[in-house]
Amino acid sequence: MVLKKKTGQAPSKGAKRADGRTADELRPFEAKVGVINRADGSAMFKSGKTIALAAVYGPRELHPKFLQNPEKAVLRCNYNMMTFSGSGERVKPGPSRRSREISMIIEKALTPVLNLELYPNAVIDVYVELLQTDAGTRCAGVTAAAMALADAGIPMKDLVSSVSVGLVNGQIVADLTKEEEDMEGTVDVPTAVLPRTGEFTLLQLDGHMTPEQLQEALELSTKVSQHIYAAQKKALKERYHHA
Amino acid sequence: MGNLFVKEKDIVVPGEELAEGMDYLPVSGAFRDGEKIVSTHIGIVAVEGRLVKVIPLRGKYAPKKGDVVIGKVADMTFSNWFIDIDCANSAVLSIKDATEFVERGADLSQFYSFGDMIATRITNVTRGAIDLTMRGPGLRKLGAGRIIRVCSSKVPRLIGREGSMISLIKEKTGCRIVVGQNGVVWIQGEPQNEMAAVEAVEFVNKNSHHEGLTDTVSKFLDDRMKGIAVPKDSFKDDDSFYREPHHEGGYEGRGYRDDRRDRGGFRPPRRDFRDNRGNGGDSRGPPSMYERREMRDTRMRRGFRGGYDSR
Repeated sequence: MVLKKKTGQAPSKGAKRADGRTADELRPFEAKVGVINRADGSAMFKSGKTIALAAVYGPRELHPKFLQNPEKAVLRCNYNMMTFSGSGERVKPGPSRRSREISMIIEKALTPVLNLELYPNAVIDVYVELLQTDAGTRCAGVTAAAMALADAGIPMKDLVSSVSVGLVNGQIVADLTKEEEDMEGTVDVPTAVLPRTGEFTLLQLDGHMTPEQLQEALELSTKVSQHIYAAQKKALKERYHHA
Repeated sequence: MGNLFVKEKDIVVPGEELAEGMDYLPVSGAFRDGEKIVSTHIGIVAVEGRLVKVIPLRGKYAPKKGDVVIGKVADMTFSNWFIDIDCANSAVLSIKDATEFVERGADLSQFYSFGDMIATRITNVTRGAIDLTMRGPGLRKLGAGRIIRVCSSKVPRLIGREGSMISLIKEKTGCRIVVGQNGVVWIQGEPQNEMAAVEAVEFVNKNSHHEGLTDTVSKFLDDRMKGIAVPKDSFKDDDSFYREPHHEGGYEGRGYRDDRRDRGGFRPPRRDFRDNRGNGGDSRGPPSMYERREMRDTRMRRGFRGGYDSR
């Protein structure tokens, strides 16, 4: 890894970011469970201006049959940005190279907490829809999908809490906005953490960062994902406490 | 020393630690990870001595041997019906396990056709394959009525101890009701009574984790049934299966033809089955794999409904 060429002035540690947050501060976030009536499980996660909806269907029989796996269930994730969800032009509907990639990484981020061997020949469908986007969509998607899976009553070893961390202006920060992401020299590191064990199930990195910076970023992710976990837990329990 | 982190009746989420130490044992809805016992479901904690379990609040029905379930006929082949019982895999009802004698090659839709709802019992579950039978008290094709779905983990509450809750709803509304362990409920009665019964069942589904539910439901129905006539001699179903203990291996399998005859009850006259084969009395032995494939293809071309020998 190469040391990032610093652009502009490097702010001192603890300096405020463009939107007034500190380095380890998340955007205001909100979690809600049971937002889609006909789904077996559903959830919403909102982080700043990013809103992700997740719906889970199944386990149910998988058709066509040749896609079935007699050893375990198939986890099928589908990530989609709504046409009106972007900040500028209309997002072209339908699958794209980007949405296929993100569907796959959501699937890989969730698989370690599921025991798919319980449902041979079945499928668990996870649909992640983005209503509004401002960076961090895959993280919001994973966070919502984890709650939706729990809400669907599918056995899970843990929840999954996801947050993006990164290098902005030479500073390691949490939960980047689109504005920060688009700055020269920014490195975005989406991560997903199992809150109980601290294991990572998602880690992507494009760009240049020193190993020390990455270490720092991962530590920050472990720390701030606990806030997201708390919100997930609360949202899941709230569904039953009022009654 | 063991530590319990949660109380009885706490609501927990997957990944939440319930207890620590080897003094406690995970039963269902939980697993052991090293020293800790961790929940796998969103549900309610139940502690019995050293046993810790989580009763799920959500989730698909997990098929269990001996359960009476309500299913929908989804597909059929020469010798089987495929029944959708609202779980991860579809279940198989073989003609041997139908109530009547089904002749080989007969059109299975004469007995149970697409979309029919049937009350049936699970005889075996092996890795996603589920076998069903129609032999047993109360197991039958369900006629006109309403189907509603409740969460399968709440079915014990809906049935009540010794069927107390369900008989209460039946008595007060005068409806015929069958509850499947998979959470499918069939209700039949006068339109207004049906509606009241549906509301009562939904009431139980929503408030299942409250105390004194039978009394609340009783009051609820007294109010709800004001001005609605209850038929006096509403048909009493044979629903003894609610009271039977779960059949752990109670159903011995199909057995041999001879011991089946000895069990009494109606049995069709024995036939020399070689003369009654569906392929027109041709006694060449059972059709080969290729012949069966061709027969099936013919059937598919005709759109499933007509028996292959109906021309």
